[in-house]
Amino acid sequence: MSYLLPLAGGILIGLAALVMLLFLGRITGISSIVWSALSDAATSAWRWAFLAGLIVGPLAFHALSGQAAPAPNPSPWWLAVMAGVLVGYGTRLGSGCTSGHGVCGLGRLSMRSLAATLTFMATGIGTVYVLRHVLGAGA
Amino acid sequence: MNALVALIAGTVFGIGLAMSGMTDTAKVQGFLDLFGTWVPDLAFVMGGAVLVTAIAFRFVLKRRAPLLVGQFHLPTARHIDGRLLTGSALFGIGWGLYGYCPGPAVAALAYLDWQPLVFVLSMLVGMGLRQITAR
Repeated sequence: MSYLLPLAGGILIGLAALVMLLFLGRITGISSIVWSALSDAATSAWRWAFLAGLIVGPLAFHALSGQAAPAPNPSPWWLAVMAGVLVGYGTRLGSGCTSGHGVCGLGRLSMRSLAATLTFMATGIGTVYVLRHVLGAGA
Repeated sequence: MNALVALIAGTVFGIGLAMSGMTDTAKVQGFLDLFGTWVPDLAFVMGGAVLVTAIAFRFVLKRRAPLLVGQFHLPTARHIDGRLLTGSALFGIGWGLYGYCPGPAVAALAYLDWQPLVFVLSMLVGMGLRQITAR
């Protein structure tokens, strides 16, 4: 049963990406939406609206479901800074993240997105391995 | 109208992230802990999402145009190059270090903790760094 909510959530994410493509002709890549909302602000009303929804969504979910918001990451602040910079730099250099390459790119059967997705999954898994089983941090 | 559709889609996306557990960094890192106490739940998030897009996108992309605008805006790059792989590799390291990718990090701003805010601001710095070094 622990798979039911992740599956349902994943389907909602896919449906949202479908709506974006069908109505607005846009790929739902969050890293691109965030960056373009700032760098191309003049034509970004839809981007800001999407990002507003992205924050409203969890509020609605936790309020309606009664499920508590998850605890924030207990790591020190400098790890959030380091990880955030890597994620920002990496997603711009690599032209996308889990949503653009993963959800949408794989949906378009793009080999480029498949290569990107396999790469960030591999380094993500490798990083957690080093963090937990070499350095011995966390669980 | 475009903004309203985007607001609705963003809200559904955000509900999906919270419902699936993607805004919980402990779950995400547990999912990436393939060689430890692996928590496989989140494989179903990507699975469910790609199930929808892989089936539905092909029908949408057969249309001449989307419903509300004149044309599709699709990525045009085709080849797999060093930038794509290096960028994706660095992104994965950051994702593993903390458990947020961009969508869940923005969505988690809803929780009003300092952690997502610091992460998102740092992410913007990283994006800016790439923009500067690209010139």
